[in-house]
Amino acid sequence: MSHHFVEFKNVLFHYPDGTEALKGVSFRITHGESVGIVGANGSGKSTLLLHMNGYFLPSKGTVTVGDIELQKKTRQEVRRKVGIVFQNPDDQLFMPTVFDDVSFGPLNLGMSPECVQERVLEALTTVNCLDLRDKPPHHLSSGQKSAVAIAAVIAMEPDILVMDEPAANLDPKSRRSLITMLKTFMHTKIIASHDLDLILDVCSRCIVIRDGVVAADGATMDILSNKKLMEENNLELPLSLQRC
Amino acid sequence: MHMADALLSPTVGATFWAVTLAAIGYASKKLKEQIDDKMIPLMGVLGAFIFAAQMINFTIPGTGSSGHIGGGMILAIILGPYAAFLAIASVLTVQGLFFADGGLLALGCNIWNMGVYPCFIVYSLLYKPLVGDSKSPARIFAVSILSVVIALQMGAFSVVMETMMSGKSELPFGTFILLMQPIHLAIGIIEGFITAGVINYVRSARPELLESIGASRPLNPAVSLKHAVITFLVLAVVTGGVLSWFASTHPDGLEWSIKKITGKTELASPEHGIALISKKIQEKTAFLPDYHVPPVGREQSKEEIGTSIAGIIGAGMVLGLILIIGAGIRFVRRRHS
Amino acid sequence: MAFDEEYFSIGRLDRLSYQDTFVHRLDPRVKVVCTMLFLVTVISFPKYEIAALMPFFLLPVLLTTLGDIPAAFLLKKIVIVSPFAIFIGIFNPLLDTRLVAVAAGIPLSAGCLSFITILLKFTLTISAALLLIATTSFPGICHALRRLGVPAIFVSQLLFLYRYLFVLMEEAMRLARARDMRSFGERGSGINVVVRLIGSLFLRTVERAERIYSAMLSRGFNGDIPSVKLYKLKSADILYLCATLAFLAIFRFMPITGILGSFAQELSK
Repeated sequence: MSHHFVEFKNVLFHYPDGTEALKGVSFRITHGESVGIVGANGSGKSTLLLHMNGYFLPSKGTVTVGDIELQKKTRQEVRRKVGIVFQNPDDQLFMPTVFDDVSFGPLNLGMSPECVQERVLEALTTVNCLDLRDKPPHHLSSGQKSAVAIAAVIAMEPDILVMDEPAANLDPKSRRSLITMLKTFMHTKIIASHDLDLILDVCSRCIVIRDGVVAADGATMDILSNKKLMEENNLELPLSLQRC
Repeated sequence: MHMADALLSPTVGATFWAVTLAAIGYASKKLKEQIDDKMIPLMGVLGAFIFAAQMINFTIPGTGSSGHIGGGMILAIILGPYAAFLAIASVLTVQGLFFADGGLLALGCNIWNMGVYPCFIVYSLLYKPLVGDSKSPARIFAVSILSVVIALQMGAFSVVMETMMSGKSELPFGTFILLMQPIHLAIGIIEGFITAGVINYVRSARPELLESIGASRPLNPAVSLKHAVITFLVLAVVTGGVLSWFASTHPDGLEWSIKKITGKTELASPEHGIALISKKIQEKTAFLPDYHVPPVGREQSKEEIGTSIAGIIGAGMVLGLILIIGAGIRFVRRRHS
Repeated sequence: MAFDEEYFSIGRLDRLSYQDTFVHRLDPRVKVVCTMLFLVTVISFPKYEIAALMPFFLLPVLLTTLGDIPAAFLLKKIVIVSPFAIFIGIFNPLLDTRLVAVAAGIPLSAGCLSFITILLKFTLTISAALLLIATTSFPGICHALRRLGVPAIFVSQLLFLYRYLFVLMEEAMRLARARDMRSFGERGSGINVVVRLIGSLFLRTVERAERIYSAMLSRGFNGDIPSVKLYKLKSADILYLCATLAFLAIFRFMPITGILGSFAQELSK
């Protein structure tokens, strides 16, 4: 279905204190794409992500998700389509048990208890955390928390999955599990990360952000292997490409 | 300053639980009517913050012992009375359960002593009217210290009253007061200092923070200084009534302290007015059959004291039996696992 | 440092509360109600009544053994919180000196007896409270409170506090540790440092609350925290409740200990 797309048209955004974070961002991501968003700290990556589910509204320009233009009154609708997994799992697992956390989204969508149960079990199985369902979040390891945070979002069955630094606090094994899992997801994926190797592994397309604008947009391999481009944007080649 | 179950009587415990639950219900209702969604996670996490902040000890100069902040006042300043009260009540609940600080029956007293006084009474009637919207660090310092000191004095005094009214301790009123009030004066001054310090620090580091939280708070009716003074007078009269009731049933303790303080041994006759009525009510509502405060002068008979030889032997047997049962269960469980 | 000990002590109690034993599986509402009734019964005894309190030790012992709670851990916690009660109670023997003849000519002051009673009641009540949390997870207690009528907004407050308790304690520990490492033995617990520590912790807490709120919004939060859990009373729960009520009633109003003792006395004659 080709109406699961995300489109930014000339989006400008400034914070209440006047800081300009986005200075005219435009791109279109279509159904099923997996897109990496890279950029140095302070480039505007996180601000960009937070527009995708309506946490921020553009100061100028439009954000369109599917057939909905993002406005104050359409925020809730947009949130049904776009699920964001934030950087710190501790901030996203705020209920007493894993089950409660994963069911939070579906319950807010107004589903029946049986339906919710089904969704939760399915989501937990997908991330291999079914046996953790009655545990309180503070008894989980970092890797487990990350996985459960992802489950909490996919339980809402969003069309578009957005992730901010998904591998940030993971040990190598957990990181590898995450990458393998992400490759199996059929959602449209938008992943912001400093982990360029992860982007190389998971995403077919890559958008580079610098100083609040799109500096480059194209096939991941082309962009991330372009040493000059990377360095111009305060980045460097992915480690796996540096050995060559 | 936590009240303990072992020093409490069922009547006092139940009374304070009743009023505390009423206060929780009231604060919940008020909050639900006007709360901004954003406050919900904020309240919860600030409760955890107070809990963690209480772990940071300071030394009380001159005594060498350490104390920690209570947190009721600083929460009230940041979140407003209703949210602050619920937050402090939840902190005390967690403390009561995980640390056994005080006890679960005494939790009603503790939430009252450490929640209602700072959040509802002192904040609304003293801090808010005197500080208003002022951002002057000096004013905030002065009023914070004053508010926290008064709130803690009220709390400490309540602990004394609750203990005396329960009748399990022989400690005379005067001695108890002399023990509790000064130390809480010292703690109060320091906590007031820390409260003001943190508020001023936050204001200088992130000025918009307190404003934005303030904007999401429910609106409370503004209390003028005049109202505050009237309310304090009413409270004083009520306290006086309670004290005189107390005097009618515990003449020993009060006499002792009155003697010490004024050199006189006579009290005004307790057989009039409020004291008489409250004494009558207390006699009629004695909670369980065996429990009563023995009037002065009447010797306790041996049966009442329950330390007959048979009692001791029986006690030994029962304890022994219980220990055997316990050891047995442990043994069986170890075998099974 | 005392902070670390307290952190690990809560952590241990918290982990114990998630074990799976018969006691842990009982309905939390029943456990809360029984604990409160136990507490009321214990403290309703008059101030000189020692022998009749003894049978009440059975309940904590049963919960400890059936619930796989380490007794030493429990006793240590009881001892740690005893100072206040001891401090107040110690005045009893000093002030209430009416002599009471006890046995074999050993005189004791009535104050001593009331002091012993306070200590016994203290041990019973504190262990009951600790055992309640040790055998019922905190979220379980919160759900029980909700079902027993406590307002939802207060209960969700409790749950949030519990959820972020350990997270915030860890943050506070990190800040305190950083302070200690730069204090070079001078304790560094001066007021200004404490203010800075608490201030920093506060700022981080508010920032965290903002992130939590945005996560909640992203998952469709609209003001009400949903809940699904349905506890149904099972026959084991009803049995436990009735047994406890019977025990409390019998041992409160009938001098069983005295009877046992008299019986033994008769036998030995």
